Amino acid sequence: MRDPRATFAQTAAQLVEEDLSVALVYAEISGQYFGDVERRHPDRVVNVGIREQLLVSVGAGLALTGMRPIVHTFGSFLVERAFEQLKLGFGHQDVGGVLVGAAGSFDIAAGGRTHQAPGDVPLIDTLPGFRIHVPGHADEVEQLLRAAVAGDGRDYVRVVSQQNDEAFPVRPGHFHVVRRGTQATVLAVGPTLTPVLDAVAGLDVTVLYASTVRPFDAQTLRGVVGTPDVVLVEPYLAGSSARFVDDALLDVPHRLLSLGVRDPELRRYGTADEHIAAHGLDATGLRASITRFLGDAHRAA
Amino acid sequence: MTITREATTRQRGYDDLPRLMSLMTGDEKHSHAATSTLDVLWVLYDRVLDVSPQTLDDPARDRFYLSKGHGPMAYYAVLAAKGFLDEDLLLGWASYDSPLGYHPDRNLVPGVEISSGSLGHGLPLAVGSALGLRAQGLDSRVVVLVGDAELDEGSNHEAIELAGALRLDNLTVVVVDNRSATYNEPGQIAPRFAHEGWHTLTADGRDHAALEVALKERTPDHPSVVVAEVEEKYS
Repeated sequence: MRDPRATFAQTAAQLVEEDLSVALVYAEISGQYFGDVERRHPDRVVNVGIREQLLVSVGAGLALTGMRPIVHTFGSFLVERAFEQLKLGFGHQDVGGVLVGAAGSFDIAAGGRTHQAPGDVPLIDTLPGFRIHVPGHADEVEQLLRAAVAGDGRDYVRVVSQQNDEAFPVRPGHFHVVRRGTQATVLAVGPTLTPVLDAVAGLDVTVLYASTVRPFDAQTLRGVVGTPDVVLVEPYLAGSSARFVDDALLDVPHRLLSLGVRDPELRRYGTADEHIAAHGLDATGLRASITRFLGDAHRAA
Repeated sequence: MTITREATTRQRGYDDLPRLMSLMTGDEKHSHAATSTLDVLWVLYDRVLDVSPQTLDDPARDRFYLSKGHGPMAYYAVLAAKGFLDEDLLLGWASYDSPLGYHPDRNLVPGVEISSGSLGHGLPLAVGSALGLRAQGLDSRVVVLVGDAELDEGSNHEAIELAGALRLDNLTVVVVDNRSATYNEPGQIAPRFAHEGWHTLTADGRDHAALEVALKERTPDHPSVVVAEVEEKYS
């Protein structure tokens, strides 16, 4: 299985080779992957050094001249540290770009809070017009990056090490119906799908899969909902997509269980798997939360 | 909201600027004359920049980024004088239906290249645009106006360092220096840029001929800074 970040880097380098309008801007992070393409295209592959505010503004400045920038560093520095640059450089200027944040919530567990960005998606959600991609497999990283760069809008691509057992074809704006049931509907976002499928083994639930959460595919959710119970499983701040679920089911009395990162200040090191488990996002934790939720529904009935 | 792109036919000059500014702010002749950016803006659009209402979408046009988006009345007045926007729009300045606010928005005002207002964004954006023009083989330039106090923002220093390192000779920063920074030390702006490899010039910010010479200067392999000195803000 390919590594998602290495796949991103390889694909980004290919895109620079293929398209003269594509520029890659990064801030030291992932530089180990970019040496060859930077030597070949020094005008369009720029390492700005450890300057994340500048990283984002340079990307926006390139876009102001008509280029298609890919802007990359860890999500913690790309979105959280340089948030106003995102807000004003891309959102307020109203220019396009492809922002690729690595490491997500758990990749650098041993690095502590400074290198963890479970708030990246809700922060991006405060800005207009962003598509948000959460690939759950290296193959999806490649497809989503290519699709994003081929467009002209604002895209955020969240690249993390955790992967599902298999990839799904990329269809931004459309969720996949992975399995159908008659009770709750579980929406698994990005790399949460494999643990979700393990967690719901034997349960009569529908499972949807999203590698793109913005735009949010309300139509598919609405179309498959059986009993009006929805479980949302996201690998970042819990409830980030809750309002989109609520909007989709505006005229349907429903219950929503939002699972994700609940306590960003875990103050633990260790491994990504340990952090995933600590937030209840491994198969065991998910099964406990989902069966409790379904049991509550049955008792209520 | 309707934006008028019609250029007026009558040629306007520097002497029209007080009247145009009065359309926004009322009859405040003294404050108009004291507007720190007025002369730099006029010289740029009248004598330096290769951009006009007819070339607004030309990829090879020169770019001007007003990083210091505060007090943009002089900017709007110059744009109106040069035909980028209809002077009638000045009357509605800062009202709900006006495209002209306290801070300019590139999506609302023809000729405005960046939306600004929060300090410390224009120069970093300009570094990206200078790289973009260079990558596309375009010889046009990017000129950024910042205030001396705006240089307090650390984001500028990320940009100053990288622009020097990457030898962005299509980038010019003009610092309008009215010594408004709380901890300003006279004479210390240019050396900050020089330390990072910039070509530095200092000019009287009210002397049009001196500003023209300084702002037209480009030095191969070095970005340029022009420190335009004007009267002290609080004197």
